[in-house]
Amino acid sequence: MGTRVNRRAFLRGGAALTAGVAAGAAGGRIVRADSAAGQPPNVPDWSRYLGSGVDAAPYGTPSPYESEVVRRNVPWLTATPESSVNFTPLQDLHGFVTPNGLCFERHHGGVAEVDPADHRLVIHGLVEKPLVFTVDDIRRFPPVSRFYFLECAANGGMEWHGAQLNSCQYTHGMVHCVQWTGVPLKTLLAEAGLKPKAKWLLAEGADAAGMTRSVPLDKALDDCLVAYSQNGERLRPEQGYPLRLLVPGWEGNMWIKWLRRIEVGDMPWHTREETSKYTDVMADGKARQFTWAMDAKSVITDPCPEKPMRRQGYHPITGLAWSGRGAIKRVDVSVDGGKNWHAARLDTPVLAKCLTRFYLDWNWSGEEVLLESRAMDETGYVQPSIVELRKVRGENSIYHNNSIQTWLVNASGEVENVQIS
Amino acid sequence: MFKSHRAVVFAGALAVAAVASAAAMGGERYGLGQTASPELIAGWDIDVRPDGQGLPPGQGTAAGGEAVFVEQCAACHGEFGEAVGRYPVLIGGNDSLASTDPVKTVGSYWPYASTLWDYIHRAMPFGDAQSLSVDETYAITAYVLYLNDLVAEDFVLDRNSLPKVAMPNRDGFTAEDPRPDTPVDEPCVSDCKTEAKVMFKAKRLDVTPERESD
Repeated sequence: MGTRVNRRAFLRGGAALTAGVAAGAAGGRIVRADSAAGQPPNVPDWSRYLGSGVDAAPYGTPSPYESEVVRRNVPWLTATPESSVNFTPLQDLHGFVTPNGLCFERHHGGVAEVDPADHRLVIHGLVEKPLVFTVDDIRRFPPVSRFYFLECAANGGMEWHGAQLNSCQYTHGMVHCVQWTGVPLKTLLAEAGLKPKAKWLLAEGADAAGMTRSVPLDKALDDCLVAYSQNGERLRPEQGYPLRLLVPGWEGNMWIKWLRRIEVGDMPWHTREETSKYTDVMADGKARQFTWAMDAKSVITDPCPEKPMRRQGYHPITGLAWSGRGAIKRVDVSVDGGKNWHAARLDTPVLAKCLTRFYLDWNWSGEEVLLESRAMDETGYVQPSIVELRKVRGENSIYHNNSIQTWLVNASGEVENVQIS
Repeated sequence: MFKSHRAVVFAGALAVAAVASAAAMGGERYGLGQTASPELIAGWDIDVRPDGQGLPPGQGTAAGGEAVFVEQCAACHGEFGEAVGRYPVLIGGNDSLASTDPVKTVGSYWPYASTLWDYIHRAMPFGDAQSLSVDETYAITAYVLYLNDLVAEDFVLDRNSLPKVAMPNRDGFTAEDPRPDTPVDEPCVSDCKTEAKVMFKAKRLDVTPERESD
């Protein structure tokens, strides 16, 4: 009896697998030929036959039906995938926590595959006692866990000259938000003992780019962490395993991955990443150099180009808001291109320097509409329009585009990235 | 007996509290980590500052660097720093920063020559980082500066001369962050504008990668 059931389940499983492969070639998504067979009043296969056992997937993966929820890159953007970026599929996510496997990646020399047994963190320079830590040493310090978003300074950087990428993932996906666990940087610095002249740190990664950024000491002593976990498990290799510097609210490039060295000094180092890159060229050709904080920003993640309207009637507009300067205080949503605004509901918890989920109840009449969201944070800062940003910064600064995003929903429900007057 | 036991517990609690508060103030350490020896630090301490701190003894010239550049760098950056494909261009772009298409190169944009030495030494050639010798790094740095007409072909670049190389865009940066630089007044919520006209449409550009299912 048991054998018969197993054999039937196996045969059916094989058939499903074949269908899946065929569909995969067509579009990467499993499409059943006769989907009604699984719908009431019929009894679907999964209600009759045994599923896989607890030994089938020691580390679980999403349902094959969610295979389109993946990070994506824009091949023409960079010369090589090792020094490039991919994007978080914000349009497919819920709540404010990003699953570890979907956190966008930005590497300058590929993913360093670090053996934690050989990894060291050195703290030296203007300290009383230069120290070298093993990863185990770091994990023995009193830990803290904190939710923080991480956003690349270049998120939205392709949109300065006009609407360019027709996708929420590509316009806004260089941001993610996880619960980090680690040790406050000030604890490690106290262990080494700061000398009176200490004013800056140089943080350096162990990757093939030797990523380095200067961090002012005030920030280091305020809320920086050296993290070893994200969302409860060890950091992913692409997120800096085994150690990463966290610089909450500030541009992602400073969050040095594969952190191997912290040098304490009395002035900034002016590394490549804080001179030739991650500096903001204004219209007059002058560049702002140390613009670290990520200002308040928001985006509607549904509807969006990847999430068209499929029917008239009730549809909750939802999106994400965040600020590197504190907590989100309010998010307004407009359905008429900014003529009128309605306060959205903020889902709790609303945490500082963390993504905040918002909702607005909406009934779509089937007419063309212009959707926008506008975030305000606890400092009183208001997310600007792209017109306002261009007025003060021109079109060439690449970084720190935190402007209001406009989605045009046309009468057939398609959603397009546009910029308006 | 009972009383003394409680007294011991109480004293113990006080001691724990004392250790915790002292640690929080940085006065007490956790005793984790080992002293890092000068030799250990020297192997990893490769950063260079604009004032020359971190530059090792050694030297090179553009004349000597050309051959190394052609062998190690030209595949991506081109023989004259003009770049291949989308790899970074190293020359030109002078007077372009205020134009509609700024070209940010070593010559037009980089404020310090030290950054060039530091970056070449730590990260180049792409895919074989930290393989160049100190003298090769000086020579390649000199060659890139020479390509940008910033030093002569026979200029000897070393730890003393490099910090003195005058970079054209040295004063092109402001350190202060002037933000917020957009209106932060209580925002309008009704009848905020009469017209919302579409100025740009992403679909017209058609540069968005297609999804697998499209």
